[in-house]
Amino acid sequence: MIITVASGKGGTGKTTVATSLAYTLADLSPVLLDCDVEAPNAHLFLEPDFDSWREVSIPVPVIDEDRCTACGRCADVCQFHAIVVAGTRASMFPELCHGCGSCAVQCPEAAMSEVPRAIGTLERGRGKGNVDLRHGRLNIGEPLAVPVIRALKQWAWPGTEQLVIRDAPPGTSCPVVEAMRGSSYVILVTEPTPFGLHDLNLAVELTRTLGIPAGIVLNRDGLGDMRVENYCFQEDLPILMRIPFEERIAEALAGGHLLVEAFPAYEPDFGQAYNCIQESLHPERPAAQGLGVRP
Amino acid sequence: MNLAISVNEPQFDAALERRFGRCRYFIVIDTDTIAWAAHENPAAKSQGGAGPGAAQFLADMAVSAVISGDYGPKAFTALQAANIEMYAAKTGTAEHLLQSFLAGDLEHAAKGRGVQHHGRQAL
Repeated sequence: MIITVASGKGGTGKTTVATSLAYTLADLSPVLLDCDVEAPNAHLFLEPDFDSWREVSIPVPVIDEDRCTACGRCADVCQFHAIVVAGTRASMFPELCHGCGSCAVQCPEAAMSEVPRAIGTLERGRGKGNVDLRHGRLNIGEPLAVPVIRALKQWAWPGTEQLVIRDAPPGTSCPVVEAMRGSSYVILVTEPTPFGLHDLNLAVELTRTLGIPAGIVLNRDGLGDMRVENYCFQEDLPILMRIPFEERIAEALAGGHLLVEAFPAYEPDFGQAYNCIQESLHPERPAAQGLGVRP
Repeated sequence: MNLAISVNEPQFDAALERRFGRCRYFIVIDTDTIAWAAHENPAAKSQGGAGPGAAQFLADMAVSAVISGDYGPKAFTALQAANIEMYAAKTGTAEHLLQSFLAGDLEHAAKGRGVQHHGRQAL
């Protein structure tokens, strides 16, 4: 089963939920993927020793100037303006290339070959609670997060029986779509504020477009107003869990502690949220008593 | 020769748009006859690569010189590769900038003046 934790709005508590959920469900040996490759942060809480590493690259074209006739076909087919053909030569902007390969396929002179260009790295290690954390890191200045997220999802694919928790990037753009794609369930973390509601609405639309069932974690509960809850009721979105708006929680998180590490009283809430997800996905299976909750 | 000026309105008295890649229109003028036409910049709304996209458009129109405000690093490289001369101006209408150009009053753009960014920015 793959559970993706997303939010729409940034800073609502995706990583707080994803790390504590993984820690709580340690008996199920979950794999936690930090898919926010532009700013991974789950490792700050889980403090793993990264012991394996791999590079992510995309194929970019190299132009054989002897064969190139500057016909302009490659520049025509490139949707990202990565190739400019003017006068007698083609110029290449590798940082704009998405690695789709259209130019190489379309070149009538077979003047283009593709070489890998590194855009990021993947790291893996075990952290607190023996959680298997894997994250991607987009190289500084690189604009393409999606290929790094895709490589992270494919790296040492654990099989369908394994529980995978993906911590998505904020927003509703391509990297979030890539993080959600293929998930069994999406947990949307929001806060009861106008911004929270606005971006939650966008994120809900995205999960519906992708056809993935979703439930809500209401963070900073007690702040703001009732509009988020009314929205959840109207849209038939289950509220899986609430985390109150408390200074002591903010303090613990700012100190690098997991929510459930600082406040073990929340472990049953995470276990219950997981059971709710299980039940909504497999209504025929009875929920295991106390599943995933540490003794 | 063909001269292009980056603007946001399809008019000869349109004010200069200082962003090269994201201008809405280029006024393209044949400097021999002073015949002009406004062309929509097809790269203006690209997610990324607006600079090289606009440079490709001008190269396809056989433009030899362009007047804009700032050129991003990729636009600069692409225009250079296309042998298009870059001139920098701060303000003025297309009409006035053409006069300045013909009088030889405009300066060449310096490399890397514009700020490189990914995708569209607010106007």
